[in-house]
Amino acid sequence: MARIVVQGLGKRYDAVMAVEDLSFSVEAGETLALLGGNGAGKTTTIAMLLGLLVPSAGRIEILGHDMARERFAALARMNFSSPYVSLPGRLTVAENLRVYGHLYGVRRLEARIGELAEALDLGQFLHRPAGNLSAGQKTRVALAKALINQPDVLLLDEPTASLDPDTGDMVRGWLERYRAQSGCSILLASHNMAEVERLCDQVLMLKAGRAVDRGTPQALLSKYGRETLEDVFLDIHRHGARAA
Amino acid sequence: MMRASARRIWGLVYRHACLYRKSWPRLVELAYWPTLEMLIWGLTARFLYLRGGTAWLLAGALLGGVLLWEVALRAQMGMAMSFLEEVWSRNLAHIFISPLRPFEMVAGLMTVSLLRLLVGLLPAVALAYLLYAFNLFAFGPILILFFVNLVVMGWAVSFGVMGLLLRHGAGAESLAWGVLAGLTPLCAVYYPLHVIPMPWRVISLLLPASHVFEGMRAALHGRVAWRELGLATMLNAGWLGLLALVLVREFRIARVRGALLTLGE
Repeated sequence: MARIVVQGLGKRYDAVMAVEDLSFSVEAGETLALLGGNGAGKTTTIAMLLGLLVPSAGRIEILGHDMARERFAALARMNFSSPYVSLPGRLTVAENLRVYGHLYGVRRLEARIGELAEALDLGQFLHRPAGNLSAGQKTRVALAKALINQPDVLLLDEPTASLDPDTGDMVRGWLERYRAQSGCSILLASHNMAEVERLCDQVLMLKAGRAVDRGTPQALLSKYGRETLEDVFLDIHRHGARAA
Repeated sequence: MMRASARRIWGLVYRHACLYRKSWPRLVELAYWPTLEMLIWGLTARFLYLRGGTAWLLAGALLGGVLLWEVALRAQMGMAMSFLEEVWSRNLAHIFISPLRPFEMVAGLMTVSLLRLLVGLLPAVALAYLLYAFNLFAFGPILILFFVNLVVMGWAVSFGVMGLLLRHGAGAESLAWGVLAGLTPLCAVYYPLHVIPMPWRVISLLLPASHVFEGMRAALHGRVAWRELGLATMLNAGWLGLLALVLVREFRIARVRGALLTLGE
């Protein structure tokens, strides 16, 4: 059974259609990438999946719950990370993780914080204010917050932005292992094409709020006769999608 | 279910408690204004008393007024400022995508507001006793009714302020500390209700605090003004319900407009 089911999703702001007639699903243990340029509708789509934004049209079902009516049942088993949404900067990393551990009802919370600190190498700054960390450290803390409740559905908005190549690689490896162990479904918005090729089973190409193409990374490379997803992205962005 | 809900509320309270337990300037700031107001009005009452002809009742009315009015002001600010803290730290999106229900968020903010109120007010109450021999607790059990009514009025105003913050963003933040303070002249804090000229008195009659302070002055004369306290309670129920509806409506509109994503910007 699909963990995320989106049917005919749309969002209109006055005269502007930010997202139009979007449909996709994500199975258990699958990772789907939303790819598109600025203003393609990636963040709007994620905000609607999280319940922060009410769709103008369509339906979202996550973990079997209709997000229009039962979003809290789904939210307890989901989580989200974005370098663009902050955590309270005056609280230490441990305090932030404790706050969200309580909000998500995490059992054995201190042990869980310890696991995440070790896995994401947070130990050295666990007791420092989150606002005093570097951008890369903040991104790792945001990821730890997103994993505090061992979610079944994880929404990630540019999860490795601001990370140096070594730490970015470590985080990608950790996400791969977490997905393999837990069967978590991941929806990822990213501009890092190498990351998408490595982590994602499916790619949904967005342009001006509409899905213009979709498929596995390999299928898209073959279809466009390109060697990298970046070239496929540029093809679609500049010349439009090709017919199947 | 109840335990899970209580834990989520505790999560929000813990988030705000962390801010205060490591910052003495924040703690001092909570007590600063109530104490300063009490000192100024206490000295004013003492001056009037020493000029003669003014009974101790005036001192009681002024000091009781200032301390009880701080209850409403601190309850309102405690709730609205805690909400603003989430706006400033751009943390609202994380809060709203957690399993914390809106009523749990309100319960958490109310708890934080009460804690801030107690920390801010108790030093002023103690100093009023030490410096001016004014014992707020001498009002007896009726003090509980004054306290509850003023706290609820503060929370009701906070609901409206939070609604405006959701609508206008951090640009409306000055309302968080200004809106209830701006009502002070109409709340009959330091003088009887009949002193307020018409037609302003009509507005005063609609404010729960005006009736609480009429009740307080009656208590200083040894009477219990049940009618005034009943009116205050009914008005509070009406305002709380109305402004809660405003908050719910603004929250719904914010989810449609996408304001929850951009509120701290």
